[in-house]
Amino acid sequence: MSTELQKPQTAVTAPSGHRMPGRESADRKQVTQGRWAYTLLTPTLVLLAVVIIYPVVNAIIMSFQKDSGLDPATGFFSEGGPAGVDNYTHWILQQCGGAACPPGTLGAQFWNSMATTFFFTIVTVALETVLGFWMAVIMARTFRGRSLIRAAVLVPWAIPTAVTAKLWFFIFAFEGIANKLFNTQILWTGSEWPAKWAIVISDVWKTTPFMALLILAGLQLIPDEVYEAAKVDGASAWQRFTQITLPLVKPALMVAILFRVLDALRMYDLPAIMTAGANNTSTLSILVVDQIRQGFNTAAALSTITFIVIFLVAFIFVRFLGANAVAAAGTGKAK
Amino acid sequence: MATATATPTRHTAEPAVRKRPYDWGQFRTYISAAIILIWCLAPFYWMIVTAFRDVGYTFDNTPFFNHVSLDNFRTVFDESLGNHFGLNLVNSLFVAAVTTIVALVVGVFAAYALARLNFRFKFAVMGFILGASMFPGVALVTPLFQLFTNIGWMGTYQALIIPNISFVLPLTVYTLTSFFREMPWELEESARIDGCTQGQAFRKVILPLAAPATFTTAILAFIAAWNEFLIASQLSNDATRTVTVAIAYFAGAQAHQEPYTAVMAAGTIVTIPLVILVLVFQRKIVAGLTAGAVK
Repeated sequence: MSTELQKPQTAVTAPSGHRMPGRESADRKQVTQGRWAYTLLTPTLVLLAVVIIYPVVNAIIMSFQKDSGLDPATGFFSEGGPAGVDNYTHWILQQCGGAACPPGTLGAQFWNSMATTFFFTIVTVALETVLGFWMAVIMARTFRGRSLIRAAVLVPWAIPTAVTAKLWFFIFAFEGIANKLFNTQILWTGSEWPAKWAIVISDVWKTTPFMALLILAGLQLIPDEVYEAAKVDGASAWQRFTQITLPLVKPALMVAILFRVLDALRMYDLPAIMTAGANNTSTLSILVVDQIRQGFNTAAALSTITFIVIFLVAFIFVRFLGANAVAAAGTGKAK
Repeated sequence: MATATATPTRHTAEPAVRKRPYDWGQFRTYISAAIILIWCLAPFYWMIVTAFRDVGYTFDNTPFFNHVSLDNFRTVFDESLGNHFGLNLVNSLFVAAVTTIVALVVGVFAAYALARLNFRFKFAVMGFILGASMFPGVALVTPLFQLFTNIGWMGTYQALIIPNISFVLPLTVYTLTSFFREMPWELEESARIDGCTQGQAFRKVILPLAAPATFTTAILAFIAAWNEFLIASQLSNDATRTVTVAIAYFAGAQAHQEPYTAVMAAGTIVTIPLVILVLVFQRKIVAGLTAGAVK
């Protein structure tokens, strides 16, 4: 951006005829700006390298090492040393020392946890997108008390997830308000599907506001004239929604969904506090944490797998949906 | 629906007919708004009601304040039950404050470079920082657990602050960059024309201008660090435990019985300052949250 601003300056300072020196000084400016930029960026990049890249590389190295300790399959003491890909096959093939992991051990839970993680991700993000869109459309309207609503949606967002978990744990207690209100007798956190839905509802409550605010920001970028013109042309409310609102809000929506998907894939706090991962509500993150105290290296393999899964999802998202979003943004601006 | 208010000027002939759909639409908006309001605030309200309810009436389920008592707040701070909530609050405050300050001091320079300067691999650097903010915390916990065990850092403050920086710093850089892109940079150009160097222009013109954006980012960073649970639950000990972890593993008067009312009291203590902060700076926080997403 700033080079565009500087170009006229160099054009003014460089006398016409001496074109080479002018270009040279522009190049030099570019170089000094680049150097200045990296000087400013260095602390951040170094810090991130120390707190992220170093641990991740460390985890990858660890994941190819054996855990020392009693081998649960053979009963012999294992010394550690290189493990090859054993830690990975332990999880992915659910192999414990050459045989299938016995049910109940952490090794036997990998695919269940994977399925649970994706269940939570897909269901919560779908619900949050629909609800968030609805909230955003309401908040975009002009009415008395609009600022009250906009303030209110920030309340669930601001409450720490740990507190949210405990709050909904209380709401979903057997004698709690949820059962009272709906006149049901469900042991919400005591069996698989009620527990899963309790977690989903808590997550939707906590994070829909974030989604709604991102979508609202996208909605506010659409000029009113576009709607006016469509109305004059006789477009119905539904047509206006599908032909104008959806395509124009798509870039903001895609960013919001991407953020939420990646956040949901690493879900830990809610299930960890509400059910401790019991009744098949254990996510990949919970499984990693459970494994840490049974063996760092096996846990490191699982955390690496988790990281790769999240990375792949992000990559697919940006590659296929992101490209569309960028195109939509381009056409949106062109029109 | 807002546009309906403007239409009567065009259709002056039959105002009575035009008025009907307008009222109906507005009515539906209010109903929807009321549903959003109740959905967002009812659980929060329920937490406060329960926090002030006598423990003997935990499951009273009356939707308004009754059997009001402050006992739950006493339980929260009752050391004889093994609760050290005062200490937990101080720990959280300290960890979140140090994380925020480090992230801001370091991040403000990076954000300036990303928003203002042209350099090679800018896109890659931005992508790396964005990717870092999406990074799963659990991928850090395992190696750090071992590392901190080996060097004797388990349960220290730095063991909590360092991993927190991994997600607070990218958030800070990302938010600040979007704010900086929107600032009136012509003033920097003017300052430079008046003879300031780029560094001087940054300090004397841009930094004061950037203060509100920086402040908003600080609030977002602080809330993110304050709410952190996963890392703190694994890498802290009794002395450095933060409030989120303390609330998750709260001890009540009776062992083996979930101390619901006391937990709600603790939740209220932790949440009320955040809610006040959020309501006071509502506009700025919404701007900060959405700054990066729509541009």
